[in-house]
Amino acid sequence: MSACPDKELLLHALADGELDAGHAAELEAHVAGCPACAAELAEIREVKARLAATPAAYAAPASLHARLDAALAEAAAPLQRRRRLGAETWVMSGAIGALAASLALVALLPTGMSVEGQLIDAQARSLEAQHLVDVETSDRHTVKPWFNGKLDFAPPVADLAPQGYPLVGGRLDRIDGRRAAALVFRRHAHTINLFIWPGAASETPVLEHKQGYSLVRWGRGGLVFWAVSDVDPPDLLGFQKAFVAATAS
Amino acid sequence: MTGRLLPFRRRQASARPAGSATLGSGRASRGGPAGAAAPLPRPPDSSGAALRFRELIGPHIDAAYSLARYLARDAAAAEDIAQEALLKAFRNLETLRGPPKPWLLTIVRNAYFDWRRAGDTRTVTGPAAEVALAETPDAGQESAEARLIRHGDAQALRAAIEEVPEPFREALVLRDLEELSYREVAQITGVPIGTVMSRLARARRMLGERMGVVKEAAS
Repeated sequence: MSACPDKELLLHALADGELDAGHAAELEAHVAGCPACAAELAEIREVKARLAATPAAYAAPASLHARLDAALAEAAAPLQRRRRLGAETWVMSGAIGALAASLALVALLPTGMSVEGQLIDAQARSLEAQHLVDVETSDRHTVKPWFNGKLDFAPPVADLAPQGYPLVGGRLDRIDGRRAAALVFRRHAHTINLFIWPGAASETPVLEHKQGYSLVRWGRGGLVFWAVSDVDPPDLLGFQKAFVAATAS
Repeated sequence: MTGRLLPFRRRQASARPAGSATLGSGRASRGGPAGAAAPLPRPPDSSGAALRFRELIGPHIDAAYSLARYLARDAAAAEDIAQEALLKAFRNLETLRGPPKPWLLTIVRNAYFDWRRAGDTRTVTGPAAEVALAETPDAGQESAEARLIRHGDAQALRAAIEEVPEPFREALVLRDLEELSYREVAQITGVPIGTVMSRLARARRMLGERMGVVKEAAS
């Protein structure tokens, strides 16, 4: 049980699925020929398996939920006391309150975990961490099979170099709690991330702007597509057209 | 740190929706951190804020409690710490950017340190780092604890995790119980990813020894 010193931490990262495809393959090749690292990796996986097999995380006790509910009710109470001044005002503001509540629900989408925010986040992250692609190639016949077994759907892949959007590669990402394919294209010096996951959306492309990025979304064949980039909006719409045309058939 | 890190892997943690609890029976605080029952300053639209809170933070109440519990290693203290953190999250909800879970757990961790600084040592068993790993089983013989863990005994596993000293325990809980990515664990604990990785490796080695999975850590 003494793995190669320079490999030990990476073995954990491998077991945790934190290595990109290239480094994972490299390390797996090393492990295949190194009994010490293989033994270490097996131990790590065994510890993880036992942790996963038994629910060790605690659930919040009912008393905590009760204390929290009471505190939240208290926070809202002064507002309700004011409403009780007159029955009519109360009914009125009750209705307004309900409206406000439903508005608040809608309004929380863009600020909290909105898909757009996550996509922009994923785009920014991919640039920052140089984790742009897991599989780097302009050959769609390499990128497409790479997704096999990593996703429960088959994203369409096309190289749009002739149209001015060369394919750089693909990677796995996580949007809204589910796995998504991310295809990476170039437009001059800019990067376009195209996120794809199963879902329903209109085939008509919708353009949005957020935090300096442009986003175009559309649906096709039971998949949702979101293109995110800092290119000019006409360029992004051009990309959308080119991609749809190239993958139709 | 040579590996490029993927942010994609995260299974749904064992979060349970909040909502089974009844209203209004909140019992008085047991003098938790900074007076846990202090009245909340009222945000402009209280009902909207509460809704938003339930939507965003509600699914992570279990995670908040669980982290507090593993940090403080005491049920009552964990409840105070978690409550304090959740109320703080409620008051500062408009500062939330990005995924709520790492944000909330950062607040829980800070609340834990506040609580420890406040010197409420009634229930703590002493600085975590001083806890020694007790009775290593004889070679070739499985300890009773290891056997229980192997048979899925949650209490035995929890006890074994609690024996892992800080800061290694924290990394293990965030990664292996809460299923957060290395990047998120680094963000929450305020250390580089490389540090997260070495802490996690040590934590797993220590836990593995107690489980009887890792035989001998001579080096």
